[in-house]
Amino acid sequence: MAETKIMDTKGIARSINRITHEILEHNSGAKDMVIVGIRTRGAYIAERLAKAIKRIEKTELPVGAVDITMYRDDVTIRLEQPIIQKTNLPFSIDDKIVILVDDVLYTGRTVRAALNELMDYGRSRCIQLAVLVDRGHRELPIRADYVAIQLQTFRGENVIVKLKEYDKEDAVILQQNNGGE
Amino acid sequence: MKLRSQHLLGLEGVSADEINLILDTAVTLKEILSRPIKKVPTLRHITVLNLFYEPSTRTKISFELAEKRLSADSIGFAKASSSVVKGETLLDTVWNIEAMKIDMVVIRHSVSGTPLFLTKNCSSKIINAGDGCHEHPTQGLLDIFTIREKYGKIEGLRVAIVGDIKHSRVARSNIWGLKALGASVAVCAPTTLLPYEVEKMGVDVYTRIEEALEGADVVNVLRLQKERQSAGLLPTLREYSNRFCITTERLKYLNKNFTIMHPGPMNRGVEISSEVADGPFSVILSQVTNGVAVRMAVLYLLSGGVGKIE
Repeated sequence: MAETKIMDTKGIARSINRITHEILEHNSGAKDMVIVGIRTRGAYIAERLAKAIKRIEKTELPVGAVDITMYRDDVTIRLEQPIIQKTNLPFSIDDKIVILVDDVLYTGRTVRAALNELMDYGRSRCIQLAVLVDRGHRELPIRADYVAIQLQTFRGENVIVKLKEYDKEDAVILQQNNGGE
Repeated sequence: MKLRSQHLLGLEGVSADEINLILDTAVTLKEILSRPIKKVPTLRHITVLNLFYEPSTRTKISFELAEKRLSADSIGFAKASSSVVKGETLLDTVWNIEAMKIDMVVIRHSVSGTPLFLTKNCSSKIINAGDGCHEHPTQGLLDIFTIREKYGKIEGLRVAIVGDIKHSRVARSNIWGLKALGASVAVCAPTTLLPYEVEKMGVDVYTRIEEALEGADVVNVLRLQKERQSAGLLPTLREYSNRFCITTERLKYLNKNFTIMHPGPMNRGVEISSEVADGPFSVILSQVTNGVAVRMAVLYLLSGGVGKIE
């Protein structure tokens, strides 16, 4: 299986910087904004976004994390249940601009689950989606508002995101099956 | 990691890893109970029958709530208002309800082994909610969860289980679970209320309460089961109370930062004094709260693999 490194620490940092500016531009600042990452890696990207926003706007935004396991649509077809992590939203999302963050946008099913979970927590003013990698092949009518890297992929390929906080290194890697699909 | 069995019949033979998986899952699920909308859609595809052949307040409501919090459909059954009074057998009852398409059965029955019997004759997944004098695994799990929540561990703790050990399914489930996780367990009761060869379960056996409480971190006080006392086991309730009731005076034998537990329902003044039950060291109501989270974890973990695998 061939691996191509698409991005390293610097590349990821630049991309997060860029989407941070896009988020602030689009919302004319960070007023009433909260950041929510989808576990596992989306939560770390959310922390990084919050740091970048603090640098630029000098405001500290509330950061939360959701675990979408209990909202998945494949409960019935899995043989064993995944270990669940805690959802941690220690603030109200009512009437807030929620920036939902994930590492890879693929079928859109994870985002669908996260949207349902957020709805159960309150009525936000709006939810905007920021992702590190958009690799296409959506199965639901979902799109990201902020995309760091747009990647053309085949279904059989794997996109792997590694983050220092969790994987000890920063990298976006494309694993290609030999011969393609 | 998954549970080895697709049923939960007892904690005997359940590994430390499996118990920890259930407890860790319960920690996460407990958070759902404090949300504004206390419900997740996870088990929408599951229908659970709560088959209670014996009276119950806590366990029954706790299971029903756990099912509802996970969006499972839950069906109640009370023996007194069912066709059991017309003479329908247990298996006929279950088969008929199964014909209406259910996925899991939570069973409470006065005969030990009833849940195991159901696993051999039914297609549903079976959860034991207390069978005779055998086991009450979810009570054991919620007791252990409550202890772990307070001390952050089970290993190395000393737990004294006091009261009618002989008839207690709660005691048995606690002993198996606590031993698996590395606690040391003492049991204390009048000789007539100790099971034959109870020491073979790996516990220290006492008939004097002071000795049992010496050096213990946790006291789990069992209900004196008046309905199971055949004549002659106890001279009088008053004598039992004099010798075994957990009173403020007797707390001095315990380690610092001790904990008082009771699975309920309590006979205040018989096995536990009101002062102790309502005192600052009692976690009796936390046990009840945790029961919902633990049962949610069991339902969730057992629901894996329901339906067809693609």
